[in-house]
Amino acid sequence: MRRGRDARPAISYRRAVPALHAFANPARFLKIARPLTPILLWLGIALVMVGCWAGLTQTPADYLQGETVRIMYIHVPAAWLGMGGWSGIALSSIAFLVWRHPLAEIAARAIALPGAAFAAICLLTGAIWGRPTWGTWWQWDGRLTSMLLLFFVYLGYIALSDADRERGGDGRVPALYGIAGTVLLPIIRYSVVWWNTLHQGASIGLTRSSIDASILWPLPIMLAGFTCLFAAIVLMRMRTFLARAKAEARLRRKAGGAAGAVA
Amino acid sequence: MNPWPFVTAAYAVTLGGTALLLLAAWRAMRKAEK
Repeated sequence: MRRGRDARPAISYRRAVPALHAFANPARFLKIARPLTPILLWLGIALVMVGCWAGLTQTPADYLQGETVRIMYIHVPAAWLGMGGWSGIALSSIAFLVWRHPLAEIAARAIALPGAAFAAICLLTGAIWGRPTWGTWWQWDGRLTSMLLLFFVYLGYIALSDADRERGGDGRVPALYGIAGTVLLPIIRYSVVWWNTLHQGASIGLTRSSIDASILWPLPIMLAGFTCLFAAIVLMRMRTFLARAKAEARLRRKAGGAAGAVA
Repeated sequence: MNPWPFVTAAYAVTLGGTALLLLAAWRAMRKAEK
C-alpha cells in the first residue's frame, strides 16, 4: 500500500511528545522504580560502608605509592560513573530519537547532574592523589585533560537541556548533543595509550589486572556500591521529573478548563 | 609527606559529595511527589 498524504500522523511531532507523556508507561516505570529505589539506596550504602572499611583498614599499603593507593577505591568508581553516566545519556538519547519515548529523555536529564558530579569527584580525587604521588595537583596530561573536557561537556548538556525545556523545545537538540559527546569516551579510555604523559596506563582490564589481588579486592565492592547509589539517585530524579510533569499537566488542564468556562 | 591527610580529604570529598547528591535527590523527590 502506498503511503500518501493521508497516511501521515494527524498530530505533529512537537505536539505528540507532550501527549506521549501521558501514555508512555510512566505508571509501569513507577511501579518498578518505587520499590527499587530504597533497595538500591540501602544496598549501595551497605556496600560502600564495607568497601571503605576494607579499603582503609584491611588492605596493605602499596610498595611504591604507600597509603595513597587507598584513594583508588573511590577514584576508580568515580571515573567509571563519570564515563558510564555519559554512556547512559547517549543510549537514552538514541532511544529518544529512535522511539521518541519521553521516559528516555527524562532518564538522560536525570543522569546528567550525578554524572557531572562524579566526573568532578574523579578529577578532585585524582588531584588529591597526584600531589603526594606525582608531586603536583594538576598536569595537562591526556587523561586528565580529556576527563576535564567530559565534565565541561556535562555542564553543556545540563545548560542545553534546561534551555530547551524552558523554550518549549522537543528535546532533539540535547539528544543529538548527548550522542555527539560520546566521542570523548574512547579518547578518555585510550588517552594513556595515545599520549605517553604522566597518568599511568590501564591497570585493570576485563581479564587481567596488574594490581595485586591483596590490594584489589575491595575495588569491586566499591564499584558495585557506588553504582547502586548512582542508580538510586537517577531513579529519584526521574521520579521527581515525572511528578513535576504530572503536576504541570494538571495545572494546564485546570487553566484550560477555566479559560473554557470564561469563554 | 604524610599521606593520611590526602586519603582523608579524598574520602571526605567523595562520600560528602555522594551524600549531598542523595539528599538533594531525595528531598526533591519527596517535595514533587507530595
